[in-house]
Amino acid sequence: MRGFARRERERGDMNPPSNLLDEALGLGHGGAIAALPAGRVVLVEDCVETSGAFVLHHLLKRALSAGEGGGDVLFLALAQPFSHYDRVLRKLGCSLSVQRNNNKLHFFDMLKLEFPGLTGGNDIESGFVGLYSKIQRAIEARRSKEYSRGCITIMIDDLSLLEIAACGSIDCVLDFLYYCISLTAELDCSLVILNHEDIYSSEEAPRFLSHLEYLADIVIKTEPLSTGLSADVHGQVCLLLLNNTIDHFQQRDFQQTWAFNEQNS
Amino acid sequence: MATAKDPNPRPVRTSSSFSRNPSSPSAAPASPPVPGVKPGPSGAAFVSSGIPDLDKILGGGFLLGSVVMVMEDADAPHHLLLLRNFMSQGIVHRQPLLFASPAEDPRAFLGTLPSPVSSSKEERQRAPGLDPDAKDKEKGLRIAWQYKKYFGERQVPELHNRGIEQDFSNDFDLRKPLERQMFRTQQIDCVSIQDTANLAVLHEHCSTFLSDLTRNEGCNVNAGRIAIQSLCAPQCGYSELDWDMVSFIRSLRAMIRCSNAVAVITFPTSVLSPSFSKRWQHLADTLLSVRAMPDEDKELAKLLTGYQDMVGLLHVHKVSQINTQVPVILEATTFSLKLQKRRSLILERLNQAPVDASSGTSYATSGSCSGSSKGSPLDF
Repeated sequence: MRGFARRERERGDMNPPSNLLDEALGLGHGGAIAALPAGRVVLVEDCVETSGAFVLHHLLKRALSAGEGGGDVLFLALAQPFSHYDRVLRKLGCSLSVQRNNNKLHFFDMLKLEFPGLTGGNDIESGFVGLYSKIQRAIEARRSKEYSRGCITIMIDDLSLLEIAACGSIDCVLDFLYYCISLTAELDCSLVILNHEDIYSSEEAPRFLSHLEYLADIVIKTEPLSTGLSADVHGQVCLLLLNNTIDHFQQRDFQQTWAFNEQNS
Repeated sequence: MATAKDPNPRPVRTSSSFSRNPSSPSAAPASPPVPGVKPGPSGAAFVSSGIPDLDKILGGGFLLGSVVMVMEDADAPHHLLLLRNFMSQGIVHRQPLLFASPAEDPRAFLGTLPSPVSSSKEERQRAPGLDPDAKDKEKGLRIAWQYKKYFGERQVPELHNRGIEQDFSNDFDLRKPLERQMFRTQQIDCVSIQDTANLAVLHEHCSTFLSDLTRNEGCNVNAGRIAIQSLCAPQCGYSELDWDMVSFIRSLRAMIRCSNAVAVITFPTSVLSPSFSKRWQHLADTLLSVRAMPDEDKELAKLLTGYQDMVGLLHVHKVSQINTQVPVILEATTFSLKLQKRRSLILERLNQAPVDASSGTSYATSGSCSGSSKGSPLDF
């Protein structure tokens, strides 16, 4: 492990100091940039007042900047077009166009995703089946090529828009998620989902939310500060590590809260 | 996909992953500015909301390609003030407009649009310090508990830009209607959404409207405005179809992302269920809400200065985060709506009155704090 870290430094790769979030997630451990370890399901929950998109951007940058150890990213973008992520990541020091050209990033622009027909449940299901097979094919194509170790990260931005595209059939969305999670075990992938917690917590039976939290290994919640608006601190991040996922943390259900300050770089 | 040019083109470096995109014109001269459109950072382009104060608060105006939502107050039609100014600004700048409303004859609403304030003398009077009390600072000794009002430095560069600001945004006189001849050669499409069974007609209008405004590289298309009033009002035939409405908004949002247009949608939150209200709020890029000022509220009168002049409150929940991770950082989120000289709309930060020493408890929620467990009258 030490030799690997030293080699990274000798090559002069960018090695930014890992911040608290990275340490808690087990990235950047030992001085090298690492992507999310395989088999993880990360759920990012946000609300209207505090958007959690910056966590997604950070994880995306991590996954793409991890050098040889990192794998590919499959990005299902329902919220914003490619140009938006390109600009944001460019400021963070990562060029999405280059990564896309190198086939490290597979960008699915699903802003206008419409499931065909939408007359009955079957059309929505078949729409999801089609989407899942696209993802599976992309992953298998990548795996079958040159010996590519490193985990493939599937990112979904965001889940509530997928539900709207499915016209509210939450069961189809859950089924689709289960299939994606099966990929984490079978094909060495990680799954990162962005969801809006305040939509589901205001319902009478927040079944969907508890279901998601059950499926996740790590839950990252972004919330506004309880004290109100502040110019320097833009919110707080609450991290929940479930099921003993990170090796160097001994406790179960580990929870930490930090304040964050968003910057463009 | 932005039309504005990057002010700092990156040099070609072979060692890093950055390289100049060969498809973009390398030494193209600055394209002639489209009237009423202001370029901003990160390839953004702004159009004015029609209220200069709101433009400043939002960091430039309404972003082209974004959806602005305004949550209405059931008690008062202040959202119409925002809509009127927005539409008038578009007409003054000769920008195509699509207006949808649950009234039987939406064109009648056009008669209530305000006309721009003509004299420039008024502008100069308002320029230094946005508060008439600032003039009193020479008079006698004032205890500087409202010291932020007196910071003059930030106002100075604005005086130089006055001329440019005049072209971008206008103050509107709410007492004077817009002249008829402004409408003549104007591209205005009015749609009534009263009693319509579904949103297909409105969707059709929006997509034809936006197809003319598609964003192209290096080509300056005029900016367009879509104004939709009370999208989920009970008079609309589809108001029970929750999922259809969010699908429409999502599809409109996708269409707007790749066009040079801004949509302002107002909706009454009381009609929607809490979870759907949150879904609508998440779909917005910029989210505002207006609230009427309760009449004769003695507690609020004690809490705020200038309470009598206030017409309502405006709260900024979310600012557009397109193309950037950090939008403008707001110093305050709640503003008071005032009518200056009973004709033009101004927004001011709330100034808390000094706490009465005898009463002891100070309100933990001042005008600039938006979240509080106490449920003060300013929370909404």
